[in-house]
Amino acid sequence: MISKDLKKKLLRGMLRLRLIEERLAAIYHQADEIKTPMHLYTGQEAVAVGVCAALRPEDTVSPYHRSHGWYIAKGGNLCAMMAELMGKEAGCCKGWGGSMHLLDVSAGVMGSSSILAGTVPHAVGAALAFQIKGEDRVAIAPAGDAAIEEGVFHESLNWASLKKLPVVFICENNLYSTSTHLRDRQPSVDIFKRAEAYGMPGSRCDGNDVGDVYTKTLEAVNRARRLEGPSFIEVMTYRWREHVGPNYDWDLGYRTKQEGEEWMIRCPIKALAAEFPAAQVQSYTDEFEKEIDEALVFARQAAFPREETIRV
Amino acid sequence: MKYSESIRDAQAVMMRHDKRVFICGLGVPDPKGVFGSTVGLKEEFGDKRVFDTPACENGTLGILLGASLQGMRPIMVNQRVDFFLLALDQLINHASKWKCMFAGRQEMSVLVRLIVGRGWGQGPQHSQSMHALFAHIPGLTVAAPATPYDAKGMIISALQEGGPVVMIEHRRLYDENQDVPEGIYRVAFGQAHVAIEGKDVTLVASSHMVAEAKKAARVLLGQGISVELIDLRSLRPLDVQTVYASVKKTGRLVLVEGDWKPCSVSGEIIAALAEKDPKIFKSAPVRVMWPDMPVPTSAPLETAFYPSIKDIADACLKVLGRPVLAAEVKPEKANFNGPF
Repeated sequence: MISKDLKKKLLRGMLRLRLIEERLAAIYHQADEIKTPMHLYTGQEAVAVGVCAALRPEDTVSPYHRSHGWYIAKGGNLCAMMAELMGKEAGCCKGWGGSMHLLDVSAGVMGSSSILAGTVPHAVGAALAFQIKGEDRVAIAPAGDAAIEEGVFHESLNWASLKKLPVVFICENNLYSTSTHLRDRQPSVDIFKRAEAYGMPGSRCDGNDVGDVYTKTLEAVNRARRLEGPSFIEVMTYRWREHVGPNYDWDLGYRTKQEGEEWMIRCPIKALAAEFPAAQVQSYTDEFEKEIDEALVFARQAAFPREETIRV
Repeated sequence: MKYSESIRDAQAVMMRHDKRVFICGLGVPDPKGVFGSTVGLKEEFGDKRVFDTPACENGTLGILLGASLQGMRPIMVNQRVDFFLLALDQLINHASKWKCMFAGRQEMSVLVRLIVGRGWGQGPQHSQSMHALFAHIPGLTVAAPATPYDAKGMIISALQEGGPVVMIEHRRLYDENQDVPEGIYRVAFGQAHVAIEGKDVTLVASSHMVAEAKKAARVLLGQGISVELIDLRSLRPLDVQTVYASVKKTGRLVLVEGDWKPCSVSGEIIAALAEKDPKIFKSAPVRVMWPDMPVPTSAPLETAFYPSIKDIADACLKVLGRPVLAAEVKPEKANFNGPF
């Protein structure tokens, strides 16, 4: 049973994230201020928000190239993100990272990598450090449904299970690797069932139901805190916009608009917002739009890094 | 103290001194302890800080890098360089980039110890050095100590300074003996060592080739030729300045390197000198390196493949415009008897 307070927190988290991503989509090519490959999180909000709601501030996430959702959900600084997207000195990586390499160490957001499954072992390593140091902390390893095809993903599961490390693997199954469907990449074995082969519990949840994501994550996180070892959660979700960039891509033909609309009808935010008065949701919207306005002003006014930082 | 013992000692000293340091890799806690270099560590420090790993080099390196982001200082050991090539994604895409990509807000630290095989039919996949590949990458430190003293000092430097450090250790150096100080001392990266001072010809080497070059220098001394031998010690950063100062004096340069010529460290040194001072050479420099093919297995082919003491001495004689040696130089001690 999820309390009303928690539902409010989850709704606010998802709505804020949605508004950030949709604003970025709207301004991406307006003045071409954001010169970085941007993988928007629109449609997948329930995953990062649901998972991070089950964490403590000192827990860590190790995001991948679609990093905005994890960065924001774990509490990363919005101004520093906007400045980073614009390549500014005030960015979270001072303009050296861009959209695919966000980090906010103080919020527990470890550096993100744009190599598939690149940060999965980093999360396992964080868990190894927690174990060696005897710290009561949990690491989250998010990965897409294509990243789990990488060898290092399996190496990481094997290691984590062998050492009973406090890490939770989250597979965001949005069905596509760029434009290649899951059926063209993997045999038809449910992804979450593969966890069993590594001796860890695997479960699947509905990525349009943030409460389901939260509940199953909390169960896995608690198991990790009890030093019983890692868990694996597959979240069924859908990326609304194109793989990289601000647009919809129904015209490309690798997926149908009808398929997209079926997911959009089950929008995770709409479903939860229906439980709140419309005026309340609107006030949250106004609050977040203002925050985003301010972050964009901050980013636009920030200076670019000096060219002298490139050593010859 | 043997080279293998100095490595063991450096690790033990640092583990006593710094709780962040831990060590792992296939065979690390086994009775032979990676050719003696990890013997007894598990007994002293326990299995939380000294342990075996699954056979997954990329995953293991990534995990150690992730641990380093939480303040740890891991050591990863691979019994052959070749095995570690599976970990290039984590080394090149991640470890080398991290500090720069995150503007210094996070840095990955790891000491990767890699051992080069040679002889007894190690063959094409147990004898590669690959140091030039690592040295190509900005953000990495690549050490290739030739002596027990340097091996210990460089391990301590790597663990104290942090950052990703690849240390190339040659299996054939493991029994080299030298007095090594107790306790903590450092050998800096990017500072070549003039192992022998001389005036006629500059001989540049690293790792096991330093030991071979010393033998050649002794033979040449018998012919009245004074060799200045420079041990590079680290390949990134690369101390071109020390080589430059020596060649400025001798005007003649021979480079010995256990690797292939294309894109090699020796090629880089010649290029750097030519850019800096094209008139520095009194005669064309010569590289003594491997034939441009994978390392063979059969004993006679191995013998033909690796440069001999005579090859090194002859190269020095050649740049001096003198006739080469009439006969092979006999090895001072028995060959490596394997198995690994």
